Amino acid sequence: MDERKRWRAPLLSLIFLLLFLGVWQVATQPDAATAVAADDEYAALLGAAAAGGGQSAMPTPAEVGAKLWEHLSDPFYDRGTNDKGIGIQLAHSIARVLLGFGLAALVAIPLGFVIGMSPLVYRALDPFIQILKPISPLAWMPLALYTIKDSGISAIFVIFICSLWPMLVNTAFGVSSVRRDWLNVARTLEVSRLRTAFQVILPAAAPTIMTGMRISIGIAWLVIVAAEMLVGGTGIGYFVWNEWNNLSIANIISAILFIGLIGMLLDTTLARLARAVTYKE
Amino acid sequence: MNAPFLKVEGLAKRFPGPRGKDGLTVFENVHFGIEKGEFVCIIGHSGCGKTTILNVLAGLDEASDGVVIMDGKEVRGPSLDRGVVFQGHALLPWLSTLKNVEFGVRSRYPDWTRHQIEAHSTKYLEMVGLGHALHKKPAELSGGMKQRVGIARAFAIEPKMLLLDEPFGALDALTRGTIQDELLKIVLATAQTVFMITHDVDEAILLADKIVLMSNGPLARIAEIVEVTLPRERSRTTMHHDPQFYRIRNHLVDFLVNRSKAFAEEAGAEGCDPRHPPVVRPGLAAPSAEIVALPAGQPAQTHVTKASA
Ligand SMILES: Nc1ncnc2c1ncn2[C@@H]1O[C@H](COP(=O)(O)OP(=O)(O)OP(=O)(O)O)[C@@H](O)[C@H]1O
Ligand SMILES: [Mg+2]
Repeated sequence: MDERKRWRAPLLSLIFLLLFLGVWQVATQPDAATAVAADDEYAALLGAAAAGGGQSAMPTPAEVGAKLWEHLSDPFYDRGTNDKGIGIQLAHSIARVLLGFGLAALVAIPLGFVIGMSPLVYRALDPFIQILKPISPLAWMPLALYTIKDSGISAIFVIFICSLWPMLVNTAFGVSSVRRDWLNVARTLEVSRLRTAFQVILPAAAPTIMTGMRISIGIAWLVIVAAEMLVGGTGIGYFVWNEWNNLSIANIISAILFIGLIGMLLDTTLARLARAVTYKE
Repeated sequence: MNAPFLKVEGLAKRFPGPRGKDGLTVFENVHFGIEKGEFVCIIGHSGCGKTTILNVLAGLDEASDGVVIMDGKEVRGPSLDRGVVFQGHALLPWLSTLKNVEFGVRSRYPDWTRHQIEAHSTKYLEMVGLGHALHKKPAELSGGMKQRVGIARAFAIEPKMLLLDEPFGALDALTRGTIQDELLKIVLATAQTVFMITHDVDEAILLADKIVLMSNGPLARIAEIVEVTLPRERSRTTMHHDPQFYRIRNHLVDFLVNRSKAFAEEAGAEGCDPRHPPVVRPGLAAPSAEIVALPAGQPAQTHVTKASA
């Protein structure tokens, strides 16, 4: 792109943001709310969302800004079960996601390797994978609560289950589609099976495996919010649910922003890692 | 008579046909031998089974019938004794040039130190003129450079024999020429035994001691073995001044254009023995009947087109 035109996109982003904030401000102004809500679509949407709490529950951008500042200036306080800093709640959620995701990677990548290497195992396990894959991870929750009898571990289990499939399927696919030529090179050079697995198949399949991991962490972060709403106790999902009961829309909006931010962070981290293992042919 | 260094006996490859239909016999009754230090090229039309034969020699593919014996041992599976240069270079794209060569060297000499392996690999890369590109990834190299890395990788494991599948097929004429010169130099210096597939008649004459001619598939077989009687010290630029060159070249082109297709019947009529395919030396024959007229000004690079017709 042209050097001098590079600032255009960010500028446009800024304009969109200001426009959005402006509409929001207008829609939520206490006195003007009724007049504007009739002809503005945004206002209608926001108004509907706040309907449960009446006109005054929908905060203005300034109120949300103040709330955000409040959260950011003291993210890690802990005043009992229902009053913890948003940093602590997010940390709980991130820890669960990383734990469930990490365990899933430990299972999915070696298993995917075996499936990808052996057409027999692939065909044998395929029907199970096809049936288990489309199940909503939350459907496992009651079963997990019943067998594990611990809500925290159950949430991790749900994350584990939902992260498993993309990594498993991608690893198996990546491993099974390694170029024949590269395997033949290893064979003619009498490279041991173990070295072939680690130095040829793994690097060859790494970009596909990383794609699976990136999909998995995205899904895990989506699912954790819902899972924590169900199990309660700690975490950003529980925080959102709790603030809904408190009718604190400003807190909910702050939490939504943080959820998006962390999700983006997780995704870009894995995208970076993926770029590190990608090769040009 | 001593058994040759590499002996191919009664090789055949058949593919089972679809249910109820006849299978496909690509080639059968293939017999030939390669002496130590000999450079053998194989020429034949596309689909006659050259790659299949090379893969069987490499141990990457199994023949339906027949055996390959190298140095007194039957070939069963790939081995470091036979270095392969693949048609599509087959470099590992995530490794640098040097690491690609080291990958094989480490396997060949497992108890060498890292330093020894690097020095050895560097030596072979310098030999193919790539001393300046040790740390480049394959994607950053030109087609000719990639092919040279493939050649260095195969040479660096110091195999008893080298197998090359149309190594220069994808290169332009100019690049091909320089790499041919390099290969010729290295092979002369190391007295390497080589089996190479090519579609280029001039390339075969430049490099080979013996050229194996295959008839068209299916049911392909060895039609003839042409001995290249030109002196071993050849060069691309002066070779065509030797009167032998055109005799050999005409013989080869004539075979590919006129005789390869009808060979099955011809051979059947003469009743020649597939175990001992006729060995001919067209270079020494009197320059009479066999000359095929070439269009005036035809360059020395006739490339046999890949046509199955
Ligand atoms: N899996 C397969 N099933 C059936 N036929 C096959 C199979 N693989 C190869 N063939 C046949 O074997 C024949 C020989 O193939 P091969 O690759 O050895 O030819 P080639 O002489 O190397 O040709 P080219 O010069 O085009 O590289 C071809 O006619 C092809 O149709
Ligand atoms: Mg071929």
